[in-house]
Amino acid sequence: MAIEVRIPTILRTYTAGEKSVSGAGGTLAALIDDLEANHAGIKDRLIDNGDLRRFVNVYVNDEDVRFLGGLEAELKDGDQVVVLPAVAGGAR
Amino acid sequence: MLTITRATYDAIVAHAKRDHPDEACGIVAGPEGSDRPERLIEMVNAAGSPTFYEFDSTDLFQLYKEMDARDEEPVVVYHSHTATEAYPSVTDVKLAGEPNAHYVLVSTREHGNDEGPVEFRSYRIVDGQITEEEIQVVEAFSSLG
Repeated sequence: MAIEVRIPTILRTYTAGEKSVSGAGGTLAALIDDLEANHAGIKDRLIDNGDLRRFVNVYVNDEDVRFLGGLEAELKDGDQVVVLPAVAGGAR
Repeated sequence: MLTITRATYDAIVAHAKRDHPDEACGIVAGPEGSDRPERLIEMVNAAGSPTFYEFDSTDLFQLYKEMDARDEEPVVVYHSHTATEAYPSVTDVKLAGEPNAHYVLVSTREHGNDEGPVEFRSYRIVDGQITEEEIQVVEAFSSLG
């Protein structure tokens, strides 16, 4: 089962500069474990304390995965997953 | 060094003044690899806060999809500080997710919504390191030859 995952610039150090990699998994959690197997270190940049990091956005087929069940969101062959760091900050 | 047109510079300042006392935020996109901030996109501060900014996650996705389709990248990521100096905060550094972008900070603390000069500064933020850079304001990119 192949799922295309778009990798943002800041995480391309884990994918040898690739903008897009292929992964597999029936849920987002499983996909991230699969990515970790091939791109060691990437999981820690996406997950913190067993949940998606607050300032990392993941989209499945154009939808924010937080509205699809987060890490439990179901994936299927041909889905497109996009990872984008939040653009955020502030004075404090 | 950040090279930016007068029109874009003025538009960022105008946005910051308009949204004061909340933080204003946006991106200036440019052709991939060009380092030319050409297309200003004002973003809604989903946090609607005087001390925090965040692009709405759906807006963010649409923005990146559009840039991707146009072979653009975020050349400038800007936001305002409304009561403090135009210098990246600890939060700004922690959340800086575009290592190739120029991070522009504008401070509206002095004149708020009114006319008057603002602090306008630019930085690189990579691996937690802040490096301030010079800003060159030009009338148009083509004039650089």
